[in-house]
Amino acid sequence: MAVPILKQGPFLIASIQSALTDTDVLQLRDDVMAQVTRHRSRGIIVDVTSLDVMDSFVSRSLQGIARMTRLRGAETVIVGIQPEVAFAMVQLGMSFEDVQTALDLEEGLALLEAGFGGT
Amino acid sequence: MAPDAVERIAIESDADVVTARQRARALAVTLDMPSTDQTLLATAISEIARNITTYAKRGEVCIELVRDANGRRGVKVVARDHGPGIADLERALTDGYTTGGGLGLGLPGARRLVDEFDIQTAPGEGTTVTLVKWTRG
Amino acid sequence: MADPTADPSPDARDDLLRELVAHLRNNRTELRQDWARRIGEAQLLTALTEEEIFSEATSVYDNYVEVLETGSVEALRGYARNLSERIIPRGVETDEVLGIVLLLRDVLSRSLFKKYPDDIFRVLDVYEPAANRIANTVAINFVTERERVIRQQQEAIRELSTPVLQVRERLLILPIIGVLDGQRARQLTEQLLRGIRTNRARVVVIDITGVPAIDSTVANHLVQTVDASRLMGASVIITGLSSEIAQTLVTLGVDLSKVNAVGDLQGGIEEAERLLGYTVISGAVTSEKAEDRG
Repeated sequence: MAVPILKQGPFLIASIQSALTDTDVLQLRDDVMAQVTRHRSRGIIVDVTSLDVMDSFVSRSLQGIARMTRLRGAETVIVGIQPEVAFAMVQLGMSFEDVQTALDLEEGLALLEAGFGGT
Repeated sequence: MAPDAVERIAIESDADVVTARQRARALAVTLDMPSTDQTLLATAISEIARNITTYAKRGEVCIELVRDANGRRGVKVVARDHGPGIADLERALTDGYTTGGGLGLGLPGARRLVDEFDIQTAPGEGTTVTLVKWTRG
Repeated sequence: MADPTADPSPDARDDLLRELVAHLRNNRTELRQDWARRIGEAQLLTALTEEEIFSEATSVYDNYVEVLETGSVEALRGYARNLSERIIPRGVETDEVLGIVLLLRDVLSRSLFKKYPDDIFRVLDVYEPAANRIANTVAINFVTERERVIRQQQEAIRELSTPVLQVRERLLILPIIGVLDGQRARQLTEQLLRGIRTNRARVVVIDITGVPAIDSTVANHLVQTVDASRLMGASVIITGLSSEIAQTLVTLGVDLSKVNAVGDLQGGIEEAERLLGYTVISGAVTSEKAEDRG
């Protein structure tokens, strides 16, 4: 199932709705990169609230999105990681050290706005 | 008591990986397993099932409820394939080692997420990973 | 007397069963009273009042006869679970529950034997399997329910031992006191992560002044706690790391570079307020202690 990506001002918001297959994840990566280029977005929020599992593939792919968008001048914030999922990711060895995270969509937007204040 | 049925899920595509972990979580729920443990189990299954699609293309995951000598209940998962097998098992179980283009967290990561972990493999014959997550207390 | 080895035809068996059920229904009042009296004599269910015992006895009696009639324990199972839920908090023990069911079995079989003195074996053939299944069903459901209650209580006690305190909006404090082992560290992390979600916390101060010793395993747990909190968007400050512990950890080679450590709790709260964007006017920060979310 494709992940809808909404444009909100200078930012993009990708809300994951249900469990992702690997194909969906790769599609999301391509879609985000295309939209960032098209809209010259300054920030991207990927909302993972509805994910009950983030295994190494999903985690690594999201990390990849964050690194790639950064090279295009856009900061990615992953929001909505659930408590159990955060616990499992750390046990797995994924700690997203170079990726911005926030509690939820609202916090993520506040973080992006603070970083790009006034524009 | 009648033995619990084994659920068998053929792993042929990445959608099957999702199915396998969802089925296992549904079984864990019937044991009142805490949600953190359900998540650890589901994540571990995701890792070992993905190893099948990445290296062997196809295989199967079998999930069943088990009980130990003390009556403690748990979920047992067996992931089996007839793929290329693992030549260097010790390295495959080391963080950061991969031949599949990932981060190499799959097997060692999955091992950290569960209570019991066993792997049988022979080059050219395939790989069988068995893991168990017990209910707490 | 009937030959005990004779295999009665299914029809004859059904007829007898119907007769037994009718007998037990017709003598309901008397047999139920007899049973309730024996429960009292055996000093079972002492936690319940006489009226309660009589009311439960009535339900158990009716369920019992129904299982006998239909052969299905489905309804009984639901009742047994429900009964267990009600009486476990009152302190009723497993042997009491099993005791009353066995007493009822005896009261009923005695009455049946009296009514069918020449047919005892046939009566037993029909009555015994159902009676045993009933005892089994009640006992299993009681024990299962009891285990569930015990698990819940243990969980509650563990949670109480590490309170997560909200000091002000967006700021949680987790004072850890006592020995920290792997299981407790894990418990604490899970609880903190849930607390971050519930309180929408952005900063967490973990105070380990009250922890006597930390080995590398526990230190690694702490690092994982920091990492997992960050995945949820919260920063962690660790306070109260004594110089002895700090030295040990460095010697053990634990990587604490990612951990934001501040000397004492006071300093930790000030640092937290700075991260949250509050200005600290004087050195003293009033911590209006909010509710314990444990």
